[in-house]
Amino acid sequence: MPELVSPKPKPPPPASPLLPLRVEGLCYEQGRQRLLDGIDATVEHPGCTVILGPNGAGKTLLLRLLHGLLVPSAGRILWASGPQSEALRRRQAIVFQRPVLLRRSAAANIDYVLRARGFPRAKRPGRIADLLALAGLDDRAARPARVLSGGEQQRLALVRALALEPDVLFLDEPTASLDPASTLAIERLIRLAQGRGVKSFLVTHDIGQARRLADEVLFLHHGRLDEQAAAKPFFKAPGSSRARAYLDGRLVL
Amino acid sequence: MNDIAAAFALALALIRAADPDLVEIVALSLRVSLTAVALACLVGLPLGAALAVLRFRGRGALVLLVNVLMGLPPVVVGLLVYLFLSRSGPLGAFGLLYSPSAMILAQFVLVTPIVAAIARQVVADLHAEYDEQFRAWGIGPWRRVGTLLHEGRHSLLTAALAGFGRAIAEVGAVIIVGGNIDHATRVMTTAIALETSKGDLALALALGLLLLGLAFAVNTLAMVLRHAERGRAHA
Ligand SMILES: Nc1ncnc2c1ncn2[C@@H]1O[C@H](COP(=O)(O)OP(=O)(O)OP(=O)(O)O)[C@@H](O)[C@H]1O
Ligand SMILES: [Mg+2]
Repeated sequence: MPELVSPKPKPPPPASPLLPLRVEGLCYEQGRQRLLDGIDATVEHPGCTVILGPNGAGKTLLLRLLHGLLVPSAGRILWASGPQSEALRRRQAIVFQRPVLLRRSAAANIDYVLRARGFPRAKRPGRIADLLALAGLDDRAARPARVLSGGEQQRLALVRALALEPDVLFLDEPTASLDPASTLAIERLIRLAQGRGVKSFLVTHDIGQARRLADEVLFLHHGRLDEQAAAKPFFKAPGSSRARAYLDGRLVL
Repeated sequence: MNDIAAAFALALALIRAADPDLVEIVALSLRVSLTAVALACLVGLPLGAALAVLRFRGRGALVLLVNVLMGLPPVVVGLLVYLFLSRSGPLGAFGLLYSPSAMILAQFVLVTPIVAAIARQVVADLHAEYDEQFRAWGIGPWRRVGTLLHEGRHSLLTAALAGFGRAIAEVGAVIIVGGNIDHATRVMTTAIALETSKGDLALALALGLLLLGLAFAVNTLAMVLRHAERGRAHA
């Protein structure tokens, strides 16, 4: 399908080396329950793939499977170079729905991941300062990460993930319960990363945010992929009736 | 009744005057127990953290062993260490029996399982919280051990304090391997046992009061640390 002409053309993001991503017959079971059921999808767009769906649809599970934190019960996940591996995971980063911050200062949180990845010692302080500035946390560097406000914690978790210079970024509701300004600050960081060629997968319940950031949408429902579509047509007229209901704010059953 | 009141007054006088015998006994007690606890932490903290994080064959048996050792009566520990250090024992050649070193060793054996068991619990709880993030970052098991010991540092300090409380208050092990020799291996608890049996209640009471004070100090410190930690976590 030819690209639609957008009124505010943004430069196409640089191609991501891990794409295309192919998901084939992906299932995840826990006990007798099938929580994800036969998901087939191909993701080629290097920008932002937004994953939508009601609570319990399986969005978080899908992210964890894609990142290789869970093992599929059936089906495959194939990145451009092959199946998920420890080496591939090092080129990806995830920000959890509830970020896990270490019990140390904001700066030390970033220092920790840099050290773990063998980032040269001499360059660390400069890099940490840059990342904290990016998050607008320059004056919070020495503060224990766990006393930061919710929004500050989310921003710290996001730049800490970016510190690893990932090719792919998984974001699980990074702005849930944040005020509009903090939300925009996070979105600015996501766009910035995209400008540098980072492919992102974003789970959100904020439809406005989805509209602002999405290049492509995956709509999940009850563990199934109901619809995969480019952002524009999806928000104009979603193909599935459930997606339509979800966007309208009606109860999806 | 009058006897007790008189002994009490005398005890306070001894403390106030910093009686040399009293000071010597207290100093040795502190030296022995603090050294034993420091060594126990050096071994017990990494051991406990490793038991919480690493998965290896025989881990379950080791956890069981630590828990069993934690409940050992001090006299049994004293007896075991005595057997090791006695002239015919495996460490007999060093001639350590009836020296402060022997007492340090006995308290070390007594306290290490306590420190290890508490460390294991603390680190296991933290690990449950951090595990997925660690996996996402590709953090290996040994780095996890180090990281979690650091993350749990405040709770682990209370493990050290618990170990110190046990060491300083214990009498059975040090009396067997130390022998309660005047000016050599007499510590607070063994002195109390001896002076009481001799009927010299003043010195015994003075030492008892000091032990009580130490117990208060240690527990207050532990409580303050716990509160500070809670404040940090929920602020
Ligand atoms: N370990 C587990 N054991 C059993 N059920 C699980 C487990 N993990 C997730 N589930 C179930 O799988 C379903 C999907 O969970 P998931 O966390 O992916 O939902 P979600 O789409 O992210 O929802 P939300 O929008 O509320 O975050 C839920 O019904 C959840 O209860
Ligand atoms: Mg979720």
